[in-house]
Amino acid sequence: MKEYVLKRLAMLVVVLFGVSIITFVLVRAAPGDPAVNLAGEHATAQVLEQIREKYHLDKPIYEQYLIWIEMALKGDLGRSIKSRELVTVEIVERLPTTLELSIFAMIIASFFGILAGIVSAVRQYSPVDYGVMFGALFGVSMPVFWLGLMMLFIFGVKLGVLPIGGRLTTGIYLERITGLNILDSILTFNGEAFLDSIKHLILPSVALATIPMATIARMTRSSMLEVLRQDYIRTERAKGLSERVVVYKHAIRNALIPIVTVIGMNVGLLMGGAVLTETIFTLPGLGKYIADAILAYDYPVIQGFTLFFATAFVIINLATDIIYVYIDPRIKYK
Amino acid sequence: MKTKLKAIAAVLVLVTLLAGCVGQEKAPETKTIFIFGSSGDAVRLDPADVTDGESIQRMDNIHEGLVEYDGGTTNIRACLATDWNVSDDKKTITFNLRKGVQFHHGFGEVTADDVVFSFARQYDSSNWYYDKGEWAYWGYMYTDIESVEKLDTYKVAIHMRQPNASIMTSLAMFTVCIVSEKAAQQYGEDYFKNPVGTGPFEFVEWVKDDHITLRAFEDYWRDPPQIDELVFKVIPDPSARLMALQAGEVHGIEHVDPKQLDIIKNDPKLQLISQAGMNVGYIALNCGEGYVDANENGKWDSGEEVDVTGAFEPFNDVRVRQAIAHAIDKDAIVRNLYQGAATAANQGMPPVLFGYNNAITGYEYNPQKARDLLTAAGYPDGFEVVLWHMPVSRPYFPVPTEIAEAIQADLAEVGITVELFTEDWGTYLQDTEAGKHAMAMLGWTGDNGDPDNFLNVLYSQDKATVGSAGNIGFKKNPEFQDLLNRALLTYDQDERGALYEQANKLLVDQCSHVFIAHADQNLAFLSTVHGYVIHPTSRKFFYPVWVEEEGGAGLGTLFVALLLVGGIVLRIKRK
Repeated sequence: MKEYVLKRLAMLVVVLFGVSIITFVLVRAAPGDPAVNLAGEHATAQVLEQIREKYHLDKPIYEQYLIWIEMALKGDLGRSIKSRELVTVEIVERLPTTLELSIFAMIIASFFGILAGIVSAVRQYSPVDYGVMFGALFGVSMPVFWLGLMMLFIFGVKLGVLPIGGRLTTGIYLERITGLNILDSILTFNGEAFLDSIKHLILPSVALATIPMATIARMTRSSMLEVLRQDYIRTERAKGLSERVVVYKHAIRNALIPIVTVIGMNVGLLMGGAVLTETIFTLPGLGKYIADAILAYDYPVIQGFTLFFATAFVIINLATDIIYVYIDPRIKYK
Repeated sequence: MKTKLKAIAAVLVLVTLLAGCVGQEKAPETKTIFIFGSSGDAVRLDPADVTDGESIQRMDNIHEGLVEYDGGTTNIRACLATDWNVSDDKKTITFNLRKGVQFHHGFGEVTADDVVFSFARQYDSSNWYYDKGEWAYWGYMYTDIESVEKLDTYKVAIHMRQPNASIMTSLAMFTVCIVSEKAAQQYGEDYFKNPVGTGPFEFVEWVKDDHITLRAFEDYWRDPPQIDELVFKVIPDPSARLMALQAGEVHGIEHVDPKQLDIIKNDPKLQLISQAGMNVGYIALNCGEGYVDANENGKWDSGEEVDVTGAFEPFNDVRVRQAIAHAIDKDAIVRNLYQGAATAANQGMPPVLFGYNNAITGYEYNPQKARDLLTAAGYPDGFEVVLWHMPVSRPYFPVPTEIAEAIQADLAEVGITVELFTEDWGTYLQDTEAGKHAMAMLGWTGDNGDPDNFLNVLYSQDKATVGSAGNIGFKKNPEFQDLLNRALLTYDQDERGALYEQANKLLVDQCSHVFIAHADQNLAFLSTVHGYVIHPTSRKFFYPVWVEEEGGAGLGTLFVALLLVGGIVLRIKRK
C-alpha cells in the first residue's frame, strides 16, 4: 500500500511536468497580449515594451519556460502580472473560500444524493422513484446561474431571510486564522460570525450542490439496483433480516464504489472553483480568480493555478482510490 | 450513549447560537457605514499605477491632487494647492501648497517633497521609486511636463516642454494625486497595498475580491465626512448587485444594467442617478491618409506617407461617408440596443464637456438622401464593405455585435452590403491602429474631462500614425489640427471652448467618423442616501454623501436561529 501511494505520488511529478508544458504553450498560443491588458488601451508603445521586457515576454518561448520552471522548482510561482502579488499568496488567500463552499456543497450533495438514490432504488417504478429521477434530471439540466439568481431573489430580496452574497456581513469582524470562516469563528468563540457565515453559505452551497446531487442520486440508484438483485441480498432477506438492515448495512456498502468515484471526481472539479456560483454569490474564491486571470492573459497566474489544480486533482483521485480499500476489503494495491 | 453525545452536541450548538444572538445585541451600531456595490475589485491602490475604474474608484476617496474638479463638472478648483500662476511664456506653473494638510495614519504634513516625489517617480528614471511601477498614464498624458521642482517647503513649480492648457484638467486626474514619500519608503513596492493620502477617508482593510474598507479621516483638512466607514464591496454580477441594493445590503451600486432601469425607477425605496457619460462610440471610415512617425515626436511633420492597408477607396469621397452617416438610424439603436440609456451622438465628444457645439445637428436618418449621395458619388448600386466590430462590450458600445448587425441592416437598405468581422480584443486594437480595417467600430471614454482628450486623441492628423493610431479614420485635416494646437496655447477656458466648437464643426463636416452614441452612466442608491454628485468622468467621490437613519433588521438571523433550534429540539424529542 505504502509503495503504491509513493508510486502514485511519483507519477504526480510527471503529470505536473506535462501539465506545465501544455499550459505554458497553450496560453501563449492563444491570441492576446498581457502587456496591453496591463497598461490599458491607451498605453504607449514604449510602456508596452517595458512591460514585455520586465515579464520576459520578449524572449523566445523555451527561454521563458526555463526561467519559469527554474523559479517554480524553488517554490516560486512568480507574481501576477495584473496585481503584482505572489501567485502562491493569491491562491492561499482564495483557497479557504473555495474549500468551505466545496465541502458544504459536497456534504449536501452526497447526503441527499445517496439518500434519494437509495429510496428510488428500493421503490423502483413507484411514484417516489419517478419523482426522484425527474428531480435529478431537473437538477442536472438547471443552469446554476439561473437557480442561484432565483434563490437570491426569493430568499434574499422577497423573504429577506438570507444574505445576497459574500461570506460575512459588513460590520461583523472575524479574526482570520485558517481563512475558513466557520472554523475560525468556532476557534475564536465568535457566535455572531459563526451564524452569519452559515447563513452566507446556505444558498451558494445548495446551488452548487444541485448538479453533483443529481449525478450522485442517479449513480446510487443504478448501483443499488444492481446490488439488490444479487444472490446474497436474497439470502439475507430469506434469513429474515429486516429490510432496513439489508439495504442500509449490506447493500449500500457494495454499491458505494461507483458512488465514491463520482463524489471524488466532483470534489476534484470543485477545487478548481465554481466560477458561476462564485460570481453570483460574490464569493472571493478560486473559480472567479482563474476566470479573471484568463481574461487578463495573466500568464503566471494561469500557470501557477493549473499546477495547483492538477496537484489537487491527482491527490483527490489518489485519496478516492485509497478509500476503496476501506469500503471493499477485497481491493488491494501492490 | 449516542443520544447523550447528541444532547451534548445540541447544547453546545445552542450555546453558540445564543452567544451569537447576545453578541448582536451588545454592540449597538452607532457609526454610519456606507457600502458601495462595485462590479469588480481594485487591482492596486497606488493612484499613479492604475488604469482601471475600480482601482480609481477607491483611490479617489483616499488621495487628493494639487487641484480637483469642481463638484459635478470638469472645471478645476484648488485642492492641496491654494492657488497657482502661469509664467509669461506659459511654460511654468507655480503652485502654493495648502499648509497643515496631514497624511493618513500619522505620516505627517504634506510638503513640496511629497509633491515632487509623486510626480518624479513617474518620469525620472533616477528616482528611487521609478522601477516599482508601470506608470502607464504618464507617457500618455503628461509627457509635456519636463520636471517638477521644489521652490520651498510649500511651493512647487511644474516646468513644461511646451505650453499645454489641458494640463490643468490633467492635474485633477488620479495619476498625479499626492502620495506620502515617507509611506512609500516604509512600504516600498507594497505601497499599493497600504495607500497613504490626504483624502477624506483613510485605508483600513482589503480582503481580495471581497471588500475594501476605508474610514473617515479625523484630521481631514476640510470638515470630516458624514459617513464613518466607506466599504467597497465587490459584486460582479449585475443582477446580484441590484438584489443586494433591493435587500438593503448595500447603499449604492454602479454599472446598472439598462434592462433594470425600470425596476429601479418603479421602486420607491431606490433612486436612479443618470448622466450622459463622458464617452463616444463611433464607426471610423478608413480614408487611408496615415503616416509613419519616423522621428517619433508624435506629430505629422517629417513623417513618411504610407499605404494604409485597409484604406477603402469609396471613402475618399466625402459624399459616400455622408451617405453612410445618413443611412444609420442612431435613434433606433439607442432605443433598442442601449435600452434608451444613451444619447444619440452628433459630434465627436460628449455634451458634458466645454467646447461642445450645440449648433451642430449632425446627419439625420434619411435613407433616401443616403441613396442620392451614393448615386452622386458614382455608386448607385452601393458596394461591398467589411465592418469590424468589437469582440468586447464597452460602456460606449454595450452590445457591439448587435449594434453592428443593426448597422449592417441599415446599410443594406441603401444598397451597401456589409460583411461583419471581428477578432480578439488585443489584436483588434493593434490591427485597427495599424489601419487594416475599412470600417471599424471603436470608442473612447475620456480621461480628464478636457476636449483635447477627445478631439486630439481620436481625430487629429497627428494621431493618424500607422501602427499606433488614435485616429483610425486616417483622415488628415491641417485646419482641424491648427484649431486644436491653438486651443492648447491659451489657459482661458472660454477662448478654448470657442476654438473646440469650431473644430467640432469641421470634424462633423469631414465625416471621417460616424458618431453613434454617448452611453449614460447610471448609478442606483437607496432613497435614504443623499448628497451624491455624479461626475462626468465616472469617478466616484463619496465625501459629500450622508445616509438617513433607518430601522434595524436582524430578522434573517432570528429565522435561521429558530430553524436550527427547532430542528435540534425535534431531533432530541424523537430519540
